[in-house]
Amino acid sequence: MNELVFFINKVMISGAVIGAIYAMGAIGITLVFSILRFAHFAHGDLMTTGAFLTFFLTAMFPAAGPAIGLPTAFVMLPIAMVITSLLAVSIDKAFYKPLREHNVKPIVIVMASIGVTFMLQGLVRLFFGTGSRNLYIDDRKEIFRLDLPFELASRKLVITEPQILLFVFMIIAVVALHLFLTKSRLGKAMRAMSDNADLARVSGINVNTVVIVTWVIAGSLATAAGTLLSLDVALKPDLSFNILLPIFAAAIVGGVGHVYGAVIGGFVVGFAESLAVFNWAILLRPMAEKWGWDLPANLALVPTEYKITVPFFILIAILVMRPTGILKGKVL
Amino acid sequence: MFANYKREVILFSGLFLLIMLVMTFMGAAYSTRMLVEAACYAIIALGLTIQWGYAGLFNAGIMGFIALGGFITMLFSFPVNEDFWASGHASDLGSVFFKLVLGIALIWGSIKLTRFGVAQKWQRLITLILIGAVYITFMASLDPVANAIEKDVGFIGGFGLPVWLGWLVGGVAAGAISYGIGHICLGLRSDYLAIATLGIAEIIKAFLKNADWLTHGTLTVSPLPWPTPGPSDLGFIMARALYLSLTAAMIAIIFFLLTRAYNAPWGRMLRAIRDNETSSLAMGKNVNGRRLEVFIFGSFLMGVGGAVLTTFNGIFDPSGYIPLNHTFLIWVMVILGGAGNNLGTLFGAVFVYIIWTMSEPVALWVFDVVRHLGESWFDWQAPGDLDSRALQARVFVIGLTITLVLRYAPKGVIPERIVHHT
Amino acid sequence: MAILETNNIHAGYGGMNILNGVNMSIDAGEIGVIVGPNGAGKSTSLKAIFGLLHVSEGFIELNGETITNADPNTLVKLGMAFVPQEKNVFVSLTVEENLEMGAFLRKDNFQHTLESVYHYFPDLKDKRYQPAGELSGGQRQMVAMGRALMIEPKVLLLDEPTAGLSPLYMNEIFDRIVTINREGVGILMVEQNAKQALRIAHKGFVLAAGRNRFTDTGENLLNDPEVAKSFLGG
Repeated sequence: MNELVFFINKVMISGAVIGAIYAMGAIGITLVFSILRFAHFAHGDLMTTGAFLTFFLTAMFPAAGPAIGLPTAFVMLPIAMVITSLLAVSIDKAFYKPLREHNVKPIVIVMASIGVTFMLQGLVRLFFGTGSRNLYIDDRKEIFRLDLPFELASRKLVITEPQILLFVFMIIAVVALHLFLTKSRLGKAMRAMSDNADLARVSGINVNTVVIVTWVIAGSLATAAGTLLSLDVALKPDLSFNILLPIFAAAIVGGVGHVYGAVIGGFVVGFAESLAVFNWAILLRPMAEKWGWDLPANLALVPTEYKITVPFFILIAILVMRPTGILKGKVL
Repeated sequence: MFANYKREVILFSGLFLLIMLVMTFMGAAYSTRMLVEAACYAIIALGLTIQWGYAGLFNAGIMGFIALGGFITMLFSFPVNEDFWASGHASDLGSVFFKLVLGIALIWGSIKLTRFGVAQKWQRLITLILIGAVYITFMASLDPVANAIEKDVGFIGGFGLPVWLGWLVGGVAAGAISYGIGHICLGLRSDYLAIATLGIAEIIKAFLKNADWLTHGTLTVSPLPWPTPGPSDLGFIMARALYLSLTAAMIAIIFFLLTRAYNAPWGRMLRAIRDNETSSLAMGKNVNGRRLEVFIFGSFLMGVGGAVLTTFNGIFDPSGYIPLNHTFLIWVMVILGGAGNNLGTLFGAVFVYIIWTMSEPVALWVFDVVRHLGESWFDWQAPGDLDSRALQARVFVIGLTITLVLRYAPKGVIPERIVHHT
Repeated sequence: MAILETNNIHAGYGGMNILNGVNMSIDAGEIGVIVGPNGAGKSTSLKAIFGLLHVSEGFIELNGETITNADPNTLVKLGMAFVPQEKNVFVSLTVEENLEMGAFLRKDNFQHTLESVYHYFPDLKDKRYQPAGELSGGQRQMVAMGRALMIEPKVLLLDEPTAGLSPLYMNEIFDRIVTINREGVGILMVEQNAKQALRIAHKGFVLAAGRNRFTDTGENLLNDPEVAKSFLGG
């Protein structure tokens, strides 16, 4: 029984946490990919930038959180989301829009987004240094240890406050986004533009507004993902390229252009990672003792150092077998 | 005829003056080292210019190919580790790999099962199960052997073969990896290739960093032998000058071959594909076949360049390969110099490398001045890691350069020459 | 007074001119039909009018206002709508969402417009919650025209509305065009089925090599032996 609890803690909870983070990143990637038609390589650093803005605000007003009983960083998150959205919109105006208007090949805009990656990276590290930071300044991380009502389970289910906040936030964000895309005129226009950009223009849909809304959503979710991840672990300025592969894999697995697909893809990649690096020997040990098997100490499918191969092979597999993804997205 | 090349003559004269300037201020030993490194980068950049400039393929994983080339040349040229071959580990390792070969043969056989009347559904299932089983068995049997090697003899050492062979095989290995990637991604839009190459580079690096039994991992391997007499025989300047002439000769050969290929029907077809894929397809050209060739050949050059660079540095350190220096700096060289123009790429490589190298002391100096002024005028408490932050400022500049060049000089300083055949 | 007029327009792609001086003019509530051989610049004319490619010479007027090289957004606001020949519906959006997208720029309540579109195309009302991608070619064409009507345009540009449709749907589309026109919407359309189209046309424009060859009423063009011989297949 204890082994099972360990499995839940190690795989189910941490898989869901990282899956939720990937999902929020992947929603932004998938929207930008389908509406602006390029792979936004600066997304990882947008997350980092958003998280550092939250950190900055938290350091400015450390007492705001305890006043209402939530982590200060979480209270500051909406403000950071607004600032990051503005930043994303101005990055688009300054660097991507001129290229779009020149009708360059989409891959040139991808390169420009790599340029933006380095600019954001350089700025963040210039102002905040390269070390890691703690988003809890005047408060501390609550960790809940839940007793299980079973005789045999002495081990406790562990879940932290930021993890709960993450799940709540993500559910609200996805439902809100869904309602926005299916009920509001602007949301429908976004879907229309992702479906057929030329026709959207011909119909009189205001392309600029749609682009701005896209960046606002992508920037807000990136900030939330970056902040909530840093709340749970630690704030480090080195997400950039490491998180790109899983979130792209998630977006493509889900089907480019589908918000729900991105969520599904995020959890697929997140759970695949945590299952792959989980040491199955722990779960099998009771059985091994019973039947006298000879178990190696480490039975992980993929050593932790090679975690990055998991999203990579998911990506390759989906590109080979079903490039449209689970929900029949676009293949650009 | 030289009137046509006025821009090139001016730019290269400027570059020459810049090199002279560096020579004067930093000394000959420093400058020759910088030039050799620039030459290695030029080989890599030529690989990128044929991928991007000739065929429009986006390779975001140059670092992986460089690291692979570096590793192979280390493996081939580093002296033999007698302890390892004398111990029983060599045969243990051999048997592990023998099992792997056996397993791969089994998997291959299972793919052919359909010929014997097995339904495809079952064949796929069997193949999948076999792959899983072979993978788990291989990992489980490699693990103890690898641990034993690391514990007893460090790592397996090199083969003690000539350096040039390592360079060649390094290129071939990079080409082989790119065949796999290209095979999957070239049919899709370039964005997918970019993501996949980015991933493969990270995986190669993770492997080289963690497979300690094979690569010595983060413990690094040095000194790597040079193909030319080393500094201990000739002194720094002469040894580096000799190495420089070797790399220069390699560049000359590659340059000659590339120019020939560019103007040959093959090169023309490539450019036709790049500029109008649809019409090339309509004319019955094998678009993806040509692209795959280019992708492999470009990666081969990157592997070779990486091998030459690593040999010159004399140390194989997998953690030393980072995307900024070994992928995107090369991008800056190519797009600034002029994608698709070999001469422009050469200029871009040397110019950008000099600027990049010199920007380090300049950035440190600027931030030192800032600290000084801040402390004396505003009583500002400078953060302790100001030096490392100063170096990060260069990252910002690289990013800004990329976006500005793309916007204002998308064809680079020496644009590709469009030859009109009459 | 002409509601839409093009005066000697020149336009083309990447430096190569396709239109070398096209003059067209339709009055309010008229149907104008552009016919001509392949490559004559029929569709290009519509695209040039709708600001989708650069007009290098000449001018275009809508209701007396110069609209040369205005962007589609502005033109829609001024009361002109365009139905492209291909990819003219949002396949992943429902029929009703497609229609709503046509009314994107409207700030008022467009419920009655929606009802009148369903009145023109009763088929669509049954399928209003179905994705447009699941419809047949003829129904898609109806969605596309319905979408364009949502702005309540004064002028509707149609690019080969019957291309690839079965004869049954073709007749239905022609009927609807006439019905819409009777409500006072000016129509300028490109059509391959020249004879059928000229029959409903108030004005016909026969283009060849990017220039007007014949310009007259639809009826006169149909009866002109020279037009019949060279452009209407005898």
